[in-house]
Amino acid sequence: MEQLAYQYQTSQPISKRVHVGVVGSGDLEILMFPTDKSESTVKVRTGSDGFDKVWGNVLTRFFDRYPISADIVINDFGATPGVVYLRLTQAMEELADEK
Amino acid sequence: MEKPQRNWDTKRVQKAQRLAKISNLMTGKYVETNQIITVLEALIAPGDKVVLEGDNQKQASFLSQSLNLVNPKKVNHLHMIMSSISRPEHLDIFERKIASKIDFSYAGAQSVRVSQMIEDGKMKLGDIHTYLELYGRLFIDLIPNVVLVAADKADKAGNLYTGFNTEETPTIVEAAAFKDGIVIVQVNEVVDELPRIDIPAGWVDVVVPADKPYELEALFTRDPQNITELQILMAMMAIKGIYAEHGVQSLNHGIGFNTAAIELLLPTYGASLGLKGKIARNWVLNPHPTIIPAIESGWVESIHSFGGEVGMEKYIAARPDIFFVGQDGTMRSNRVLGQIAGQYAVDMFIGSTLQLDYDGNSSTVTRGRLSGFGGAPNMGHNPGGRRHSTPAWQSLRDQDNALGKGQKLVVQMVETYGANKKPIFVENLDALAVQKQAGLANAPVMIYSEDTTHIVTEEGIAYLYKATSKAQRQAAIAAIGGVTPLGMTSTKESLDQLRHAGIVKLPEDLGIKRSDAKRSLLAAQTIDDLVEWSDGLYEPPMKFRTWS
Repeated sequence: MEQLAYQYQTSQPISKRVHVGVVGSGDLEILMFPTDKSESTVKVRTGSDGFDKVWGNVLTRFFDRYPISADIVINDFGATPGVVYLRLTQAMEELADEK
Repeated sequence: MEKPQRNWDTKRVQKAQRLAKISNLMTGKYVETNQIITVLEALIAPGDKVVLEGDNQKQASFLSQSLNLVNPKKVNHLHMIMSSISRPEHLDIFERKIASKIDFSYAGAQSVRVSQMIEDGKMKLGDIHTYLELYGRLFIDLIPNVVLVAADKADKAGNLYTGFNTEETPTIVEAAAFKDGIVIVQVNEVVDELPRIDIPAGWVDVVVPADKPYELEALFTRDPQNITELQILMAMMAIKGIYAEHGVQSLNHGIGFNTAAIELLLPTYGASLGLKGKIARNWVLNPHPTIIPAIESGWVESIHSFGGEVGMEKYIAARPDIFFVGQDGTMRSNRVLGQIAGQYAVDMFIGSTLQLDYDGNSSTVTRGRLSGFGGAPNMGHNPGGRRHSTPAWQSLRDQDNALGKGQKLVVQMVETYGANKKPIFVENLDALAVQKQAGLANAPVMIYSEDTTHIVTEEGIAYLYKATSKAQRQAAIAAIGGVTPLGMTSTKESLDQLRHAGIVKLPEDLGIKRSDAKRSLLAAQTIDDLVEWSDGLYEPPMKFRTWS
């Protein structure tokens, strides 16, 4: 089990809490909380050790394309980078549905 | 001009001499099961070219085991020609120095050992062929002296029934029978009357009842239980962004969960888009059980199959409007005709791979594994002489060129990271290292970049045929390359430009909501669901059954 933390300068506040994904093998859950700051913090708890660079890459690419401001918690159970990115973009869809 | 004197029937005379050696063992065309080793030692000479039938699905396992038991002092230096190296004894015959050289198409389960034996000099490699190259060369410069094949049933005269699993057996037999080669057949069963004759007795020299039925693998069964949401998302994008976009009517699906997901989405997602009857009507396809719901809900007009699939026999027998079925009620498969159709007659090939380089060349040969490709290179390329008037073929035509040609759609569908958490996109294919290691004339590329028209990943679709330069092509792959090293070179500006030019489409560009990619969208979620769709006619092999 590994705990990772990341921080990004961002510009687009989110309006509500979001929960996507499931706790299950090869999957993950993502919780997003609104924040007042112009930044996002991401805390990742993962069962697969040694992938901190890949996590950094996934998150950098995500915030490059969707610069939202939120406090984010991710509980990972061995999801591939593709699944992580799918869940993050599904969270964006949930936020868009609100508007 | 004076003509030199020569005999014109030396091979025929030689064949008669060999067969005369076993005349005391033969009753009609039959030899006893326990005489097979003596028979092989008498009929096969050192240095012969020998075809040993190992297909994708069907294996002449009694004959391969028997060949491995001949005396290497009598039978040696054989040049083996095999479409598929599947069983341990296919390689044991090289350890025992019965055989020394091989030409093949596909190695599958034996791919690591093949690689090692070539490196150790135990096996000399001719070429790694596509199926059609291998079958074609049986009639050109790899004409066999002896062929060892398998049939389901034979009658007393030696006529053969290969039925559902006909595959390439008639083609192999033809290459020998009409060029004075010797045709030896193992049969599961001897009967008074055959359901139908697939190969006439006149083409056959020796029939031997096998000790047990030939080995048969269920290769094309994918349990819907294992299809992921990511695969469903990719399948939705493919259906909307490629099948519907280009009006793909005729096609082949490669093996795998990605294409199984597409098959199971046609009756649900495809129907919701109003595509029924407009796309995916005419198929060249192994009998994938996951195609059953699409057939049952009226999507499929016809399917021609390369080979059979264990468990699909009764279902296919009951659907002669869809499949190629004989008057006896069993399907006739034919790998050669299927491959030709897949190469020349379809709008699209779609399949997966293990590696793609930055230009879009793909290969399933990875370090230390010399797997070969079977049929994918035949179906996954664009035959330059072809001309087709279908909407899909015409949609890729260069409209500015009066003599411009259309193109076959060749689609690679991959997740950016494989299940082993390694990137699919690599700077250099492992195939290049394997080429050096094995001393191959050609790098074992499965599908070349120039033939690849689309790549689908979980991030989106790259319409590579629209790219105007090599740099733009690479940028398009990078844009859907996820967080692989290639994907990380893609900027948001580059992505926006490519989206604007229509070279890259993301799910939102296709009007697809990622949250809709749910397993509940699959027309069947389990093997039991497939059985139910088939009205109980599909009989899954034991390993796919549940015991709940």
